[in-house]
Amino acid sequence: MTGIGAMLRKELAIYFATPIFYLTGFFFLMLGGFFFYTNVARYNLVSLQAAQIIAQNPAAASQLNAQTMVFQPLFEVMAIILLFLMPLLTMRLLAEEKRSGTAELLFTYPLTDWGVILGKYLAALLIYAIFLGLTLAYALVFAGLAKLDWGALASGYVGLILLGGAFLALGLLTSSLTQNQIVAGVAAFGLLLLFWLIGWQQESSGVAGLLTALSLAEHYNNFPRGVVDTKDLVYYLSFIFFFLFLTKRQLESRRWRA
Amino acid sequence: MEAIMEMMIEVQDLSKYYGTTLAISGLNFQVAAGEIVGFLGPNGAGKTTTLKILAGFLAPSAGTARIGGYDCVSDSLKVRRTLGYLPENVPLYPDLTVTQFLQFAARAKGVAGRQEQQEIDRAMEDCGLTEVRPKLVASLSKGYRQRLGLAQALLGRPPLLILDEPTIGLDPSQIVEIRQLIKEFAGDHTVILSSHILPEVSQLCRRVIIINRGRIVASDTAENLARQLGNGSRIALTVQGPKKEVAAALKAVPGVKEVAGQENGRYLVETVRDRDLRPELARLVVERHWRLLELKAQEFTLEDVFLNLVTEEEV
Repeated sequence: MTGIGAMLRKELAIYFATPIFYLTGFFFLMLGGFFFYTNVARYNLVSLQAAQIIAQNPAAASQLNAQTMVFQPLFEVMAIILLFLMPLLTMRLLAEEKRSGTAELLFTYPLTDWGVILGKYLAALLIYAIFLGLTLAYALVFAGLAKLDWGALASGYVGLILLGGAFLALGLLTSSLTQNQIVAGVAAFGLLLLFWLIGWQQESSGVAGLLTALSLAEHYNNFPRGVVDTKDLVYYLSFIFFFLFLTKRQLESRRWRA
Repeated sequence: MEAIMEMMIEVQDLSKYYGTTLAISGLNFQVAAGEIVGFLGPNGAGKTTTLKILAGFLAPSAGTARIGGYDCVSDSLKVRRTLGYLPENVPLYPDLTVTQFLQFAARAKGVAGRQEQQEIDRAMEDCGLTEVRPKLVASLSKGYRQRLGLAQALLGRPPLLILDEPTIGLDPSQIVEIRQLIKEFAGDHTVILSSHILPEVSQLCRRVIIINRGRIVASDTAENLARQLGNGSRIALTVQGPKKEVAAALKAVPGVKEVAGQENGRYLVETVRDRDLRPELARLVVERHWRLLELKAQEFTLEDVFLNLVTEEEV
């Protein structure tokens, strides 16, 4: 895997030098902030109304939970935001190398295919982690106002990292298939949407059950609720590996097809 | 065995198809360590394809290419460690600065941490890039881009340099600079460069491989190729006199194979090899009382060789 470090640093330098990083980050944080704010406002209102009920029935207080009213819906809506924004981070990665001809430099340097792929993937993941790290500010602000379930919060973030990681792996594959960034971005978005929606079914047997088991959404639902299930972990890690592996095969075949 | 060790490039029966189009067909050649070899051919002859295979970017459809004893396909990584490659059209990352780009190239080539800065400084100095080091690659002129392309190829001091059209698109003074640079590499590196500019190849390279339509049509030093071409030599004459008579008289001299009359009393006389006919021709003109304005022997140039070989192929 020679060259991961070199690739990673180069990709980060390009991210920081181009507007896509700043634009994606801006919209991610703006939308995230907006939904955090509306969730908190609603929680605030409900708490005020509930104060009277609680005076009569103290057991009702347990229904008022910051995690379920603020962070769980926030994490759920963030998944949808990522569906739109993650393809923007990956569409350039390999397509642009091919279009501009720099692939010829890249693949004649003594770098392994895994070095190139993981370097690029980790760079995108790190950029995403920076965005996600900034959203921790929401939790810190909220912790000053109400009691927070830090364990459930951590579970939500683990979910977001895995979900984003899966989106990025699929995006990297579509970027390896074309020279056109737009095509790579649209293909990634379409496929992600497909993997998200195949779980939206009433039935749970036969083919429908299989599709549900493959759905990105289905395996994500537990994390915002504060539940980290091994089944979901395995699903996401396999998803990521599978798409990185397909990208590797795609790069290998390039030398022969040309 | 020793002879094999000294070979930097060994190409055997190399062929490449793009789909159903045959780009190169059964190429065979060798390049010894320390040689500068020019790869010459018209556009679309298969030069770039061959260099891409040598650089490990493409896999051949048939045949083998070995660099430093390693196979370009099965030992691709080892091959890529021994070479510096300047692709045609010099692809670079426009969003990086010159320094960032060279840092990436050095790290990708595995130049170790401490040597990294030294290597980058040396390559920048060799290629005259020091003054543009903080600039974005996107803002560089064509000449500087070309130099940056060369600089990245030089990083890590690879024993073999593969340069695809290193002077294309440059202005004349830049061409001279880049050629000078390549000449300076010559001592330490084996260089294989492609070009369709003949004087460039004859100036830079000791040996020339001429390729046309995917096949090697000649491989030798420029002088030998020129010598082989004519089985004779040429003499250029300028004579004031009646055109037809002069031509006929010249043709009648023993040893003259052909006379081509040109405008303004110029004649190009092709003669048998190994005989200098200049005294006879001069005497003839003077005896007939015509005026001899010019008389000189003409060498066959690489250009003649090239045109001859390429046209012969086409006929």
